[in-house]
Amino acid sequence: MPVSAMNAPTQGITAAAVTLWNVSVAFRLAGGGIYTAVEQATLNVADGEFVAIVGPTGCGKSTLLNVTAGLIAPVVGRAEIFGGPLPGLNRQAGYLFQADALFPWKTALENVAIGLETAGVPQAEARAKARTWLTRVGLGAFADRYPHMLSGGQRKRVGLAQVLIRDPKILLMDEPFGPLDAQTRQIMGNLLLDLWNADRKAVMFVTHDLEEAIALSDRVVIMSAGPASRIIGDWTVKLSRPRDISEIKLEPAFHALHREIWQSLKAEVIKGYEQTHG
Amino acid sequence: MSKINLLLLQVLVAVVAIALWYVLTTFPVFGKVLLPPFFFSNPWDVASQVVTWFVTGVIWKHLWVTLIEALLAFVIGSIGGVLVGFWFARQPRTAAVFDPYVKMVNALPRVVLAPIFTLWLGLGIWSKVALGVTLVFFIVFFNVYQGVKEVSPTVLANARMLGMSERQLMRHVYWPSALSWMFSSLHTSVGFAVVGAVVGEYLGAAAGLGYLIQQAEGVFDVAGVFAGMFVLAAFVIAIDVVVTMVEKRLLVWRPVVGDSRP
Repeated sequence: MPVSAMNAPTQGITAAAVTLWNVSVAFRLAGGGIYTAVEQATLNVADGEFVAIVGPTGCGKSTLLNVTAGLIAPVVGRAEIFGGPLPGLNRQAGYLFQADALFPWKTALENVAIGLETAGVPQAEARAKARTWLTRVGLGAFADRYPHMLSGGQRKRVGLAQVLIRDPKILLMDEPFGPLDAQTRQIMGNLLLDLWNADRKAVMFVTHDLEEAIALSDRVVIMSAGPASRIIGDWTVKLSRPRDISEIKLEPAFHALHREIWQSLKAEVIKGYEQTHG
Repeated sequence: MSKINLLLLQVLVAVVAIALWYVLTTFPVFGKVLLPPFFFSNPWDVASQVVTWFVTGVIWKHLWVTLIEALLAFVIGSIGGVLVGFWFARQPRTAAVFDPYVKMVNALPRVVLAPIFTLWLGLGIWSKVALGVTLVFFIVFFNVYQGVKEVSPTVLANARMLGMSERQLMRHVYWPSALSWMFSSLHTSVGFAVVGAVVGEYLGAAAGLGYLIQQAEGVFDVAGVFAGMFVLAAFVIAIDVVVTMVEKRLLVWRPVVGDSRP
């Protein structure tokens, strides 16, 4: 159901993995004005919970992730990680970016290993682990390829391994499968769920694809169209796990939930479209 | 087009050009030689001059001098360009202060500096090296500056999220990015190193290809000028082949234009 009165995050016995308190983010525009991307967003992500954040294009979904990652600081409000403040970069988070973020001058293996090497793990050990991770994401045979020799889906797999090898407690994903074709997205979604099932991390998964959001997550959070976008809905997804994305989309419960969420999202999508194209 | 066909056509161009040159400088057309040999020499004289140079071994000394000058200019100019480029890119305030002066010096036609360098450094190789350095430096400098500044913000954010410290960012992100930009201008900067050396020699030297051409010109030995030009062209092509080989090794990670994904 939509949250009308914003439910303040309740401090449980164990602190949530991510708590955003009343977060507002604004940017100074080149012309001198100020653009408010996100306004008064309050969000709780429990440890081990998979939360999908859905909203129309340009609504500041990525901004919420960047705040959680510590890449940008909110103007108002604050982010807490496992109950503690977030002074700078979020060291407990792994971030899978929307755009290509692999180091083009490193091979797939080096790309995956680098996160361990920077942490002081000896190179041989880091590389051995990286090889295991590449195999885990199905790219065992592509270790020596440079990113430009890999397909878009393969690059995303390398990115996933690069992030997961550091074993972050929180996984931030910004439309990671956005540029991929429908089939590859489904395969990547299943891969992600498999990996996540192995050791449930807290996940914030940003997408504009409602079907993808429901199929993957435990909770779907809806944001309104920007500027000054807010969190306008919060649904729990009560579908059983483990899931197979292509199969779960056939279940009646999936459709019921999809219809329910879409009712509230539709108005925002139209509003967002009118603002950007009108 | 197959490789052999391409090669044949390429050779054909040279044959036609040389044949035209030969005919027009040797046989009168409508009672008049269109290209007077005094100004245009002819292929035969030029070829025999080149052969004489190589047979007597005169040329090696000059080639060697030019090569050393170009090499020194390239190395010194590149090191300077990389260091200053890095420094400016990481210190925007310094860059802003020096910006008008950098632009001013870069806008200056470098040939006018040659007499000053000769005055300061003498007629030996160092005045030519200095001229080459002023050419190479700016190419490398601008490329490295651009390379460091235009590191993809996503790659940078990713590196930070992967826990890289400032030093590690330098080594794993800024440095490779700057180098890739520098290497993409490798052909240009090597070419300019040679230009600096030859122009410097031409304007006053005791040895080198530029000196050789200038000497021939001084006695109206057109065949000598052309012969010098041909040797110089072959020399530059040889260097370019080496540069291409180096480039291929160093930039394996870069997509080749038109390369289809394996």
